[in-house]
Amino acid sequence: MDMNEKFPIVQLLSGDGRRTGAVCEHVTIERAKLFYEHMVFSRLFDQKAVNLQRQGRIGTYAPFEGQEASQIGSALAMEDGDWMFPTYRDHAATAAFGHSLKNIFLYWKGCIEGCVPPEGKHIFPPSVPIASQILHATGTAWAEQKKGSDRVSLVYFGDGATSEGDFHEGLNFASVFNIPVVFFNQNNGYAISVPLERQMKTKTIAQKSLAYDIPGVRVDGNDVFAVYDETMKAINRARNGNGPTLIEAVTWRYGAHTTTDEPSKYRDQAESKRRRESDDPITRLERFLEIEGAWDSSWAEQVNEEAEQKLNEAVIEMEKTVKSDEALMFDHVFGTDVWPVQEQKHRFFYEGSEKG
Amino acid sequence: MSTAVNTKKLTIVQAITDALKEMLEEDESVLVLGEDVGKNGGVFRATDGLYDLFGDDRVIDTPLAESGLIGSSIGLAMNGFRPVVEIQFLGFIYPGFNQLITHATRIRTRTQSRYTVPLTIRAPYGSGVRAPEIHSDSTEALFTHIPGLKVVIPSNPYDAKGLLISSIKDPDPVLFLEPMRIYRAGKEDVPSESYSIPLGKASRKRTGDDVSIFAWGAMVRVAEKAAEEASENGIECDVIDLRTLYPLDKEVIAESVQRTGRAIIVHEAPSTGGVSNDVMEIINDTSFLYMRAPIKKVTGYDTPVPLFTLEDDYAPDSKKIYRAIEEVTRF
Repeated sequence: MDMNEKFPIVQLLSGDGRRTGAVCEHVTIERAKLFYEHMVFSRLFDQKAVNLQRQGRIGTYAPFEGQEASQIGSALAMEDGDWMFPTYRDHAATAAFGHSLKNIFLYWKGCIEGCVPPEGKHIFPPSVPIASQILHATGTAWAEQKKGSDRVSLVYFGDGATSEGDFHEGLNFASVFNIPVVFFNQNNGYAISVPLERQMKTKTIAQKSLAYDIPGVRVDGNDVFAVYDETMKAINRARNGNGPTLIEAVTWRYGAHTTTDEPSKYRDQAESKRRRESDDPITRLERFLEIEGAWDSSWAEQVNEEAEQKLNEAVIEMEKTVKSDEALMFDHVFGTDVWPVQEQKHRFFYEGSEKG
Repeated sequence: MSTAVNTKKLTIVQAITDALKEMLEEDESVLVLGEDVGKNGGVFRATDGLYDLFGDDRVIDTPLAESGLIGSSIGLAMNGFRPVVEIQFLGFIYPGFNQLITHATRIRTRTQSRYTVPLTIRAPYGSGVRAPEIHSDSTEALFTHIPGLKVVIPSNPYDAKGLLISSIKDPDPVLFLEPMRIYRAGKEDVPSESYSIPLGKASRKRTGDDVSIFAWGAMVRVAEKAAEEASENGIECDVIDLRTLYPLDKEVIAESVQRTGRAIIVHEAPSTGGVSNDVMEIINDTSFLYMRAPIKKVTGYDTPVPLFTLEDDYAPDSKKIYRAIEEVTRF
């Protein structure tokens, strides 16, 4: 069977912003405006972060420009008490789910404080080892199941992650124990420089759900409505005791893997340019609002201004921290006093030679 | 032991089962997970009977995937549970090593204690039971090197129960290694009720003023045997069972060598990078001027653990330790 046919790309808005004809209660002007605000904010955040890196004010950064709809559509389908497990490229999602902007910046500035989510928000620090966080999402959701709650976990990972053992082990555990977790894949076509066809022979990522006998869905990752709707369905299945879902959001990162890399070395960047013109998730929403007669340029201007202001405030907050408090290096290794760590801390602070 | 305490005669493996049973009864958040830990009661029967007592919700047979097992248990631990994971042999833990070194042991630091991982991983280790390839590894030093992880090894039934209970109650990840060679080496009186032995504290097995011998796991009995032979020849050894390899018991190590001035460290793991080197560092830092002879190591070799026809040649025996005793006393 042709897997492209079995797993068609779900789309509610076409690239030009028109409704595809699929019926969905979530496609409303009000929601479009909410998504738009988050996506504009996310893009400005991303551009700000790249600029800060260029100016040496933060360290290496992993940009997500182009993937805003995948992240915003999925994050806004979640509720308080749910668990979010991001990679290092998912700050649009964590910010939309309520992470502190100052902390997101601090993380990239090399400060451990940036890993701490706001009180009451279950947002895990970005996972660097590829696919490893899939198991933590599975485990925390398993705990919710055991407690009898209806909270769920959602975990982000890229196309390269599907080659890792932890991806398969996570899907298998979740399938065997019917764990309430949503596996949210952002297929942006490249794992750093390696294209999808070198990563897998399968035509889709969604079809990997067949091996675990769980629902799998392929969605246009640049269509925020489709992402939101499919994520909502998957989360509701999980909440209602119907187990895990694998979502493949097909998208594209316009830029580099990180600020240390140059994409033109491994792919034709004309493709990014073409996609930005024809398939951009934010432009699509603008066109939708225009077609629906709901576009208001002064509102859009205001959205941009407010986003800029919020970002500037967060940067000012971030820059108040020059470096982390040295004690943080020692104070959270163990929950009990463990003498080698205590002794090394003492040496660091009081014996002169190690702290100038 | 006081006569008022009810005791039962248990082997090390039975004492482990007893500790798991106590903890499953005492604390609803404790879960036992692993391959074959359910109906089968574990490949060494360490979880024997627990499935019948506590059911599939708490004594859980998982798919055969060590990374999946450790990784999903990290999630359980971050969200209110105290998982006790069984890895069938230490040599099988390596697929889960990434979860241990990049996540389990870093989550407290990374989240500044917002999330913690009270996870215990149990694994039989070491040679001596004629097991197939890879089943006899003694790679404890790979784990003592990981910041954020405690490593505990009992050498007798009483310690096995008390140390396992402490490990499960500990707020952080603990690797609990079980010397399979002496799993059933003999029964000892073990208190019937719950008790704990603090982590990080060594235990003196024999007192002597001539030579300090430091060992753990199955090597403790071998060291004691060598010490008995030495005693017959007028050399009295202080035999210390370190019990916890991270953090080591600095006070007991220093006190012992400051009395004897001579030290031997015994382990079946390869010599290079072994935990023996950390014991030497403590002696160096605390007791350099007390030493009357160079410190000796009696260890396995820097080779893969051989297949079992050679395993007795590989691990230290009492003769090798006795030779070291003679060397340090003659120096």
